[in-house]
Amino acid sequence: MRKRSFALILYFLFILLPIYWMVNMGLKTNEEILGSFTLFPHAPTIANFRTIFTDPDWYTGYLNSIAYVSMNTVFSVLVALPAAYAFSRYSFLGDKHMFFWLLTNLMSPPAVFLLPFFQLYSSIGLFDTYLAVALAHMLFNVPLAVWILEGFMSGVPREIDETAYIDGYSFPRFFLRIFLPLIRSGVGVTAFFCFMFSWVELLLARTLTSVDAKPIAATMTRTVSAAGMDWGVLAAAGVVTIIPGALVIWFVRNYIAKGFALGRV
Amino acid sequence: MARIELKGLAHSYKAIPSAPTDYALRPMDMTWEDGGAYALLGPSGCGKTTLLNIISGLIHPSQGRVLFDGKDVTDLAPQQRNIAQVFQFPVIYDTMTVFDNLAFPLRNRKLGEAEVRSRVHEVAEMLELGADLKHRASGLGADAKQKISLGRGLVRKDVAAILFDEPLTVIDPHVKWILRRKLKQIHQQFRLSLIYVTHDQVEALTFADQVVVMYEGQVVQLGTPQELFEAPAHTFVGYFIGSPGMNLLPCRLDGDAIAIDGVRLPLTAEKAQRARAAGGELQLGIRPEFLRCLAAPQPGAIAADIEAVEDLGNYKIVTARLSGQVMKAKLPEDETVALGQGWLLLPPARTRLYAGGRAID
Amino acid sequence: MQKTVNNKAWLLVIPVFICVAFSALIPLMTVVNYSVQDILGPDQRVFVGTEWFLQVLQDDDLHAALIRQIEFSAIVLLIEIPLGIALALTLPTGGWRASLCLVLLALPLLIPWNVVGTIWQIFGRGDIGLAGYLVNALGLNYNYTASPIDAWITVVVMDIWHWTPLVVLLCFAGLRAIPDAYYQAARIDGASPWAVFRYIQLPKLRGVLLIAILLRFMGSFMIYTEPFVLTGGGPGNSTTFLSQYLTTLAVGQFDVGPAAAFSIIYFLIILLLSFIFYTVIQNLGKGPAS
Repeated sequence: MRKRSFALILYFLFILLPIYWMVNMGLKTNEEILGSFTLFPHAPTIANFRTIFTDPDWYTGYLNSIAYVSMNTVFSVLVALPAAYAFSRYSFLGDKHMFFWLLTNLMSPPAVFLLPFFQLYSSIGLFDTYLAVALAHMLFNVPLAVWILEGFMSGVPREIDETAYIDGYSFPRFFLRIFLPLIRSGVGVTAFFCFMFSWVELLLARTLTSVDAKPIAATMTRTVSAAGMDWGVLAAAGVVTIIPGALVIWFVRNYIAKGFALGRV
Repeated sequence: MARIELKGLAHSYKAIPSAPTDYALRPMDMTWEDGGAYALLGPSGCGKTTLLNIISGLIHPSQGRVLFDGKDVTDLAPQQRNIAQVFQFPVIYDTMTVFDNLAFPLRNRKLGEAEVRSRVHEVAEMLELGADLKHRASGLGADAKQKISLGRGLVRKDVAAILFDEPLTVIDPHVKWILRRKLKQIHQQFRLSLIYVTHDQVEALTFADQVVVMYEGQVVQLGTPQELFEAPAHTFVGYFIGSPGMNLLPCRLDGDAIAIDGVRLPLTAEKAQRARAAGGELQLGIRPEFLRCLAAPQPGAIAADIEAVEDLGNYKIVTARLSGQVMKAKLPEDETVALGQGWLLLPPARTRLYAGGRAID
Repeated sequence: MQKTVNNKAWLLVIPVFICVAFSALIPLMTVVNYSVQDILGPDQRVFVGTEWFLQVLQDDDLHAALIRQIEFSAIVLLIEIPLGIALALTLPTGGWRASLCLVLLALPLLIPWNVVGTIWQIFGRGDIGLAGYLVNALGLNYNYTASPIDAWITVVVMDIWHWTPLVVLLCFAGLRAIPDAYYQAARIDGASPWAVFRYIQLPKLRGVLLIAILLRFMGSFMIYTEPFVLTGGGPGNSTTFLSQYLTTLAVGQFDVGPAAAFSIIYFLIILLLSFIFYTVIQNLGKGPAS
């Protein structure tokens, strides 16, 4: 048991060191960052953070990102659940091909989709909206969600479905009250990954928006100015962008950590 | 095969239980004879799975001791107690063949391959799994998988007891009886101690020699199916067993007799005294099978209003109202009774008196 | 598990199909379009057939980048997958400890990738970064801007730092989904911890591991932002992987034709390798059927 804890602590230290360094950088001026090696800022400054919270470009970008990412997470999971159930429980024409084909959408760098998406969303008037980015991100999040959920669903024995029908459950009731709780950890992890992948996707988000729905992406990449890279602000931005995602995983923690609570059916 | 004793056994999920309701399993003493087939019957949440898991060693009881053949095993892990357990849904090792599944417990005990092979074949024959031995266990149906689970228990010659936790829950209804019959066969052939948890009274009554009825963490009666039917020790047993369950009629004590609606049913003096001493609500219990419906009054019969007669094929269910209480009687198919005014007779030999839920004998 | 044949199940799949098809087909058509034409001017397009494909396939720089890419993905997979499984097995399973671990694991994943590269850029510097300072203090001469090996190590360690939590989270969730009864049965059968891992946990993790391996394979094979920001592909082109090479081709040299042709080849390589992983893992442990 001691060896275990020791190994875990080492790993978490490994995770935390760069994060601590990022926080450190966020509290320093660019001169100090590039000038010397200091474990703590000699002259701590909250100027970087202040920029983020006061410069409207930054904080609206932040809020915009939260908006479309949340939309995307909800859509992706909702659309994926019935499909994953179908793949898991039924065999139908073309099912195996369809399932693998879904994954092929993750095999091209999003850069390939930039121009076509730009033209498409502009032409249907969705350019610079949350909806555009939320839908565009479904390109990679929906296949991911279907794959993960299908895996967890297939771990639930078929007999449970059948017993529920014999016991008189209607399909919606069965799905919500019996089935979903059994794949809780899968749903939790899917929701988090959808959130995460959409949150960090900067290219499509930046291309499909200009003013109204501009995400943190645009401002994040704007940190190179004539004076060089704004390290401090970038680091502070990095710190701030962790927060929504950390909250998301905090909220789904019980879903992920509680597993297969097989009650009496 | 072992004799299992529970001494002062109780279990609470709270650190310091104060009220009886804090206990998942209230303090009890019990003995399970070697080679007996027992059913643990009760509704969901009554503590039967907790009790089963304490016997198997998966849960350590918060109080009391468990003894196998006189030896204290309370602190021993499941594999050291040499029991086998079959769970509610089939638990098999997916990547192994049926043969390897059955061989697994033996190989873990480092038995020689020759002996492993002979034991596995023996058990597979018995369970009619011989044809599937080379197949992957994951491809078989639920009933075959449960047989494999059972087989992993049988394969160990010295298994102390086999415990079943509602094993037929996910089995197809048409196939359930096949497995039940197989279990009975195995019991008769090997005289193993079997403890079978279920909430289905039909399963319990057909499978077991002795049934333990549990209710709210307590054992309310231990007896043969016949005893449970004819002489329930607790109103819950009366209600839970039998279809429909026992009729319970509130009544009061009038001297040395029970008085209902002006009719007096005499008791012996000792019985009346015991009823008075026990306290609690008084009820008369009679099973629908024994309640007699009469068209004309007889001594001891009580007036009632016959409300409905349902014909269910080879028997009829009569619904009557007596003293405001709904009563049901079961009549053979050739008898009938008219609707409207009627009389119900409670044969003293078949009528039980309950005070506070417990039988007064 | 036996699945029932039911073609009406397509109805459940249609929303997904629409979303994904519509997002995928259009770009595909565009790329194919570009890959078989030479655009000399706004209205001058010449159909050149497979010329770009041949040119691209004979490019030596491309071969070099491809080999580097394969090496990188192999190393990263070989480290992250076993490490992820091991960590998932070691994590606490409930209570505040598990919650804390989950949050900490999520942190590296949530940082935008360019920030990840930027942080590690400073972090790894011997003069102003914690890691660089410590490693040099141990006596090793470490400089990722000058030495290709140091650059490789830094990129690999950065990737491990960034992406192992993905594997851990997937495996952790997968482990939680294993019903208690399996562990109980294993205890009763007298199984050793290794047997429990080999016969219960690993088989039941197969689905989740497939996803983890495919995600990490595709992710590492298409990696662009983090190494680009960290090393710019250098020193020289020692850390120039395939994505960066492709981008340079398209953007830097503005050779749309070859870039489009290469995109298709790139995609096909990933498709092929993913398919191989998929088939192998699905059939692993599927011996003689019943």
